[in-house]
Amino acid sequence: MGRTEIAVVGAGPAGLAAAIEAARAGAQVTLIDENERPGGQLFKQIHKFFGSEAHRAGTRGVQIGRDLLKEAQDAGVEIRLNTVVYGLFAHHCLGLVCGDHTEDLQAEIIILATGASENALAFPGWTLPGVMGAGAAQTLINIHRALPGYRVLMVGAGNVGLIVAYQLLQAGAEVVAVVESLPCIGGYGVHASKVRRAGVPILTAHTIVRAEGENGVERAVIAQVDENCQPISGTEQNLDVDTICLAVGLSPLAELAWMAGCQFTYIPTLGGWVPVHDQDMQTSLTGIYVTGDLTGIEEASTAMEEGRLAGLAAAETLGYLAPEEGERKKAQVRELLATLRIGSFGEGRAVAKGQIVKARCEA
Amino acid sequence: MKGGIRTTGIPSKEELEASPGYPSAKALVTKPMVVIECVQDIPCNPCEAICPNGAIFVGHPITQLPVFYPERCDACGRCIPLCPGQAIFGVDMTYASDKAAVSFPYEFLPLPNKGDVVQGVNRAGEVVCDAKVLRVQRPKSFDHTAVITVAVPKDLAMEVRSMRRLPRA
Repeated sequence: MGRTEIAVVGAGPAGLAAAIEAARAGAQVTLIDENERPGGQLFKQIHKFFGSEAHRAGTRGVQIGRDLLKEAQDAGVEIRLNTVVYGLFAHHCLGLVCGDHTEDLQAEIIILATGASENALAFPGWTLPGVMGAGAAQTLINIHRALPGYRVLMVGAGNVGLIVAYQLLQAGAEVVAVVESLPCIGGYGVHASKVRRAGVPILTAHTIVRAEGENGVERAVIAQVDENCQPISGTEQNLDVDTICLAVGLSPLAELAWMAGCQFTYIPTLGGWVPVHDQDMQTSLTGIYVTGDLTGIEEASTAMEEGRLAGLAAAETLGYLAPEEGERKKAQVRELLATLRIGSFGEGRAVAKGQIVKARCEA
Repeated sequence: MKGGIRTTGIPSKEELEASPGYPSAKALVTKPMVVIECVQDIPCNPCEAICPNGAIFVGHPITQLPVFYPERCDACGRCIPLCPGQAIFGVDMTYASDKAAVSFPYEFLPLPNKGDVVQGVNRAGEVVCDAKVLRVQRPKSFDHTAVITVAVPKDLAMEVRSMRRLPRA
């Protein structure tokens, strides 16, 4: 059985940040990811990030990803790619699938940074080729440089829907409309404004009713919805599209935490079931930490700060940081995190994150 | 609420005029300057840090709307491509007697060329006028966001905020 001091599962922004902090403190860190490239969703994020100077605001996500990778390499993090973690067993033992064989890896501390997956939306025709997650379309255009289609309907006006709609335009597709079942736009207004200036209508209180087509999407039928989110008959419109992108929220990828037996709590505003954790991101199980979207859907900036917090706490637990130094560094990160969770878009998340920590205290 | 940025994606006249980053009509006629159309309290402050003249203040917490001091702005325009929300524009009401120059961030290809006549669009993406391209700036420091400056009829200086995308070659 292989051994390491800290195993980090998932090499997105949270996992990379956790690995960097722990390795810089002197710990032996193994960072594992199922993809052929590290970075999680960062390399798809070709837009400039919001935030403060300290969070590298104004820098494109893809550049932040490159910088994090270099920092991880410089810090001596062992990065294992094309490696799926299929299980988390007793005594902090991870089961890995590496190509054609399996391996076991035991770690003193495990940091789960597995991220989230896109929610689906079922409607007649949703299995037709051409219906896909907005994240899938983003992977196609920004990683593989292939257009999923020429005329797109975006379902959902949260930040993901708005950003991917904009990026589809940049890639050369037409976005026929963005529909949002709520009466208002959930994402940042400035993202919506960019899409509007490019001539794309955003139809609030509208939903997709069905997709039609022979061998793939040929058109979408949308309709206005009432206050109970039910389509209002007589308001249907046909849209001539070949692609329908779904941006209807994300759910934490929590399987490993469930398997380990971590205690969970249900917080709808954070994406549903999330493992409870303390101020250091440690779960109800000693030595198992969680970070990033797995602990509630937020964004890359908060994921990186949470990752740093978990990495620092893990290094401190292993004795690589003196308690005073560890406390001081963690306090700095917590302060940065707090600045990302204020204002009308962040307050709700701050309250929800507080509930997670409270649930942990009561466990 | 109706008609505002949260329902339409377009900041309303009221929202813009209430924003501390939006210069008054009186200030605008005096000299070229930027116009900050940031109306929501999102945590973001790179505009404050890049301004060499201290003309933009966000402070703490960073969700505060940027406050713009027109008298300190020399219209260098460095904040225009940096704003992650693409919510900062340049307006020069002194450009000519009947025309104003409007600068906006632009991230679509192909880019127009200086001297081209493009179609100016408003915040809803509607074509409102022809606009002659005065400048296309795309230095490395802008990190792939071009800033296009066009001449528009003066009465449309506070309407034109982009151009209609050009067909792919």
